Amino acid sequence: MAEITLYRSKVKPDWCPGCGDYAVLNALQKAVADLDINPKDILAVSGIGCSSNLPGFLNTYGFHGLHGRSLPIATGAKLANHDLTVIATGGDGDGFGIGLGHFVHTVRRNVDILYIVMDNQVYGLTTGQASPTTEKGTKTKSTPGGVIEFPVNPLALALVSGGTFVARGFSGEVNHLTELIKQGIRHKGFALLDVFSPCVTYNKHNTYPWFKERVYKVEDEGHDASNMEAALQRAGEWDGRIPIGVLYQAERPTYEEEELALQAGPLVKQPLGLAGRESVLLEFT
Amino acid sequence: MARGIDVIIRIGGEGGEGVISAGDIITQALARCSMEIYAFRTYPAEIKGGHAVYQVRASDEMLLSQGDGIDVLVAFNQEAYDRHVAELKPPGILVYDTDAFEPPAEFKGIRYGAPISTVTREKVGSNLTKNIVFVGVVAELFGIPLDRFEELLKQRYGKKGAEAMEKNLVALKAGAEHVREHIVKQDAIKITPRERAPRLVVSGNEALSIGAIAAGLKVYAGYPITPASDIMEWLAKELPKFGGSVVQTEDEIAAIGAVLGASFAGKKAMTATSGPGFSLMVELLGLATMTELPAVIVNVQRCGPSTGMPTKTEQSDLGLAIYGAHGGAPRIVMALSSVEDCFYGIIRAFNFSERFQVPVVVLSDQYLGHRKASINIPDLSQVQIEERAKPTVEELQAYRRYRMTETLVSPMAIPGEMRACYTASGLEHDEAAALNHEPANHQKMVAKRFKKLDAIKHMTGLARRYGVDDPEVAVIGWGSTEGVIREAVDLAQRRGIRVGALHPKVISPLPEDDIRSFLKTVKKVIVPELNYDGQFAKWLRGFFDIDVVSLAKAGGAPFSPKEIVDKIEEVSRNVHTTAVPGV
Repeated sequence: MAEITLYRSKVKPDWCPGCGDYAVLNALQKAVADLDINPKDILAVSGIGCSSNLPGFLNTYGFHGLHGRSLPIATGAKLANHDLTVIATGGDGDGFGIGLGHFVHTVRRNVDILYIVMDNQVYGLTTGQASPTTEKGTKTKSTPGGVIEFPVNPLALALVSGGTFVARGFSGEVNHLTELIKQGIRHKGFALLDVFSPCVTYNKHNTYPWFKERVYKVEDEGHDASNMEAALQRAGEWDGRIPIGVLYQAERPTYEEEELALQAGPLVKQPLGLAGRESVLLEFT
Repeated sequence: MARGIDVIIRIGGEGGEGVISAGDIITQALARCSMEIYAFRTYPAEIKGGHAVYQVRASDEMLLSQGDGIDVLVAFNQEAYDRHVAELKPPGILVYDTDAFEPPAEFKGIRYGAPISTVTREKVGSNLTKNIVFVGVVAELFGIPLDRFEELLKQRYGKKGAEAMEKNLVALKAGAEHVREHIVKQDAIKITPRERAPRLVVSGNEALSIGAIAAGLKVYAGYPITPASDIMEWLAKELPKFGGSVVQTEDEIAAIGAVLGASFAGKKAMTATSGPGFSLMVELLGLATMTELPAVIVNVQRCGPSTGMPTKTEQSDLGLAIYGAHGGAPRIVMALSSVEDCFYGIIRAFNFSERFQVPVVVLSDQYLGHRKASINIPDLSQVQIEERAKPTVEELQAYRRYRMTETLVSPMAIPGEMRACYTASGLEHDEAAALNHEPANHQKMVAKRFKKLDAIKHMTGLARRYGVDDPEVAVIGWGSTEGVIREAVDLAQRRGIRVGALHPKVISPLPEDDIRSFLKTVKKVIVPELNYDGQFAKWLRGFFDIDVVSLAKAGGAPFSPKEIVDKIEEVSRNVHTTAVPGV
């Protein structure tokens, strides 16, 4: 087990005091320390938004990319070197708004990536507009009359898109969150970890107390994480009690396992070029 | 030496009738007779229906363009006759299906009519092989040995089973037999197979794909789009055999995203697309510039704007290639000029992108990507593969990802390989990759990203010269027009005009030294390009104080040598009769 400090960069997080993202960062550092993963073998990829600044606070490799595009970048990195532990991070606007298309496709591609979404149901960095997970009726700067649309349900979406690991955590339950991150990293395939990470500045509705009153751990209630129907049913719970924990986990070959070229080992270790491989030209003679 | 054979055969018919495969087969058989080949196809955007055309020019001398006009028209139907007959040069040979139509009495050329549909029905029993009966007719008429086709048909249809192959062989022979029994040859075209070193017959897209693997490609990510899809298709089949992976992403944004991720993780990566996909990619192109990542982005251009004409050629994405992306995002833009250059040019693109740690946009076009040519077999063992600079062990003690070096290119740490953890960001950063929003730092880092490419301005060998050494009139082109420009220069020289040509392979930054030295004696420059607004002419004017005559036409069809030679003559007359430049 490594020291947690090994994974801390010199950059101090720029989040607001009380932001849920601190807990996610701590849990992530604790998780990779517990799993004893060498920092040089970790790549954290993110998009744009408050939570997407997270890779800069880690003493690992990081790629702080573009709004909504963390998953394609993470996918390419994983294809190039599937020995890396690739973790994508971002927010609900980044992942379920501008990046939603990539989300669905990366889920069904089942690339071995852990995707941690710090879901605060609001656009924080741009100071408080409605996000794709903002509850219907919520008043925000961009929806003074209340949100008209129905929110995206990321867990249900992952389940019906062929997700093999679908989980939810809460920043107010940091030890539980740490265990979920470890499970997500260990899971072979794409792991979605949607985390309630309250925005203390722009979301005055979905607060720590609000979640504390509602969340319960599915494992405490005998939930069978291999049962897709049960997972879907729990993913739909919102009014009243809200489940956290691993809703669903299944074994399915990963993209890397099924891709012929990668079966001989990571691409980074395979020779370059065509010298001595002239047979490639035969079909054109 | 008397000029040998130089024949242009055009095949036209309904899309889905096998026009393209017939053309491919004839082309490859001609190549196997050691003929030089210059072939292209144009087809409707629909899968079935619409008019499809295949043209092959074959010669025993080097070919630079598709030529002017046609010698042989193979018309599958009336429409093919109507569309193309005007371009038939005397004596004008027409091969046609008498079951489909009869040319009118005013057609004065040589008629080789055969009841193709009837022959197909009676001798083969399958309508699907009509195109191969046509192939048999053409082969017998012009003396292409049938055994050349038999091997080809076996390779092409053998996989579909013995019955399919047998039908095609029967069709081929039925066509040839009909000619022997019913047609009296009235023309002088006769192909004479010769012994020569073997050559490759490849399309531009194929040559590019082979070159990419030769250059060290490991991850290809792409999304289907005409006319670039065949790059992904060929790589999907071949790249895994050479330790590389192809992923078909959900869109072009994800494709270039995966390319950048793979490059960050240490591998050479590429995507290929056409205009609409390239438009989607530009935001991530800017990220590649900002994070100083090697990446190769191929744009096989087609007519635009918007969806435009997907199956027709154009060179109208130059402005987007140079400037596309917000906020001053320098990159290298290269243009491929011939099928052979698709192989060598893509290797240069990979090497430059690694050397300069920058995205390289490679411009091809539908005409180049889809046309086939015979090229010398490249020596794969001689390909030089460059890799990005990596930090030394000492440097890793206090690693600064964007350190200002003499070349302004900074050694790049690779995840997994070395302990030099850093975060690359699209936000402005300093030499140590730490986020930094100070104007002075921004100025310094923007300059780094631009100036590291300045070396290219002074490189030699990135622009090819042709024609006389001290021209007064010059042609400067870019991309797929190189061959046709050379042919036009040859023709103009035969008419006594002192003309030269220069063809830069790198469009941004331009190899300015070479261009300046070429321009010393030049009074006027003609810039032919397949776009409406003369994008390259404008780009050139921004660097050089020259009198540019833009010969720009919206794409759809490539230039013919005549269009360019006529312009050279006109400009040359002006240079000698007017004192005021530009009038």
